Amino acid sequence: MQTDTKRRVFLKRSAASGAVAVAVGAGLLTPQMVLAEWNKAAFESKSVEDVAKNLMGLEGAAEESADINIKAPDIAENGAVVPITVDVSMDGVETIAIIAKENPSPLAAAFTMGEGGVPFGRTNIKMGKTSDVIAMVKTADKTYMAKKEVKVTIGGCGG
Amino acid sequence: MSSMKVKAKEKDGIVEVKALIKHPMETGLRKDKKTGKPIPAHFVQQVVVEHGGKNRVTADWSGGVSKNPLLFVKFKGGAKGDMVKVAWTDNQGGTDSAEAEIK
Repeated sequence: MQTDTKRRVFLKRSAASGAVAVAVGAGLLTPQMVLAEWNKAAFESKSVEDVAKNLMGLEGAAEESADINIKAPDIAENGAVVPITVDVSMDGVETIAIIAKENPSPLAAAFTMGEGGVPFGRTNIKMGKTSDVIAMVKTADKTYMAKKEVKVTIGGCGG
Repeated sequence: MSSMKVKAKEKDGIVEVKALIKHPMETGLRKDKKTGKPIPAHFVQQVVVEHGGKNRVTADWSGGVSKNPLLFVKFKGGAKGDMVKVAWTDNQGGTDSAEAEIK
């Protein structure tokens, strides 16, 4: 019985990897798309420090920078949809993270620049309560941050 | 029916890509009001913006991004008439993509 189970698992696995190989071969998936992995540890981190460590490999605090511009409302009447724009005037930006400090899982979004990528990102996030929104930016050799407080009238994380 | 609308516009050598995705973006923290049971997490994890065979910008998201999410990113190296492809995958294996011509 055990051999049978193992064989089945083996067949399943080889079938799955075969499908990926075919998709790559047919040009449906670029190698980068296959390799780029969602960072589970960073997205499940419960504090800004852990996000910085798991996403950016940073120990300690990031340096504040005036070259990171966060556009967000001062007051968000609806915490379910808070528009956040991050615009960075630096060279060599690899990653831009949008972090809502007081959310149960603070990391909301991470933008990774590929070839030609301009260090800019906008999306809408949920905010449970009034909090600093932190933009953390990783360049080739350093990590920077900027923050802006958003006051939330009605939280957007509950049900 | 696509789950997504994509627009791309070139201005001064920079291509602006906007995508609107139809998706519930459930965090997994909410409870069903009637049954009291938790609603399973269901959210878009990754959005890839491709152009000219290159991965220009990738956005990784959590359930902390709003329902029916918006993506707005920019890249250099595209011209009017080129095609831009945006593809997303969610945490339950769902996926979709859409293309737009750069205007």
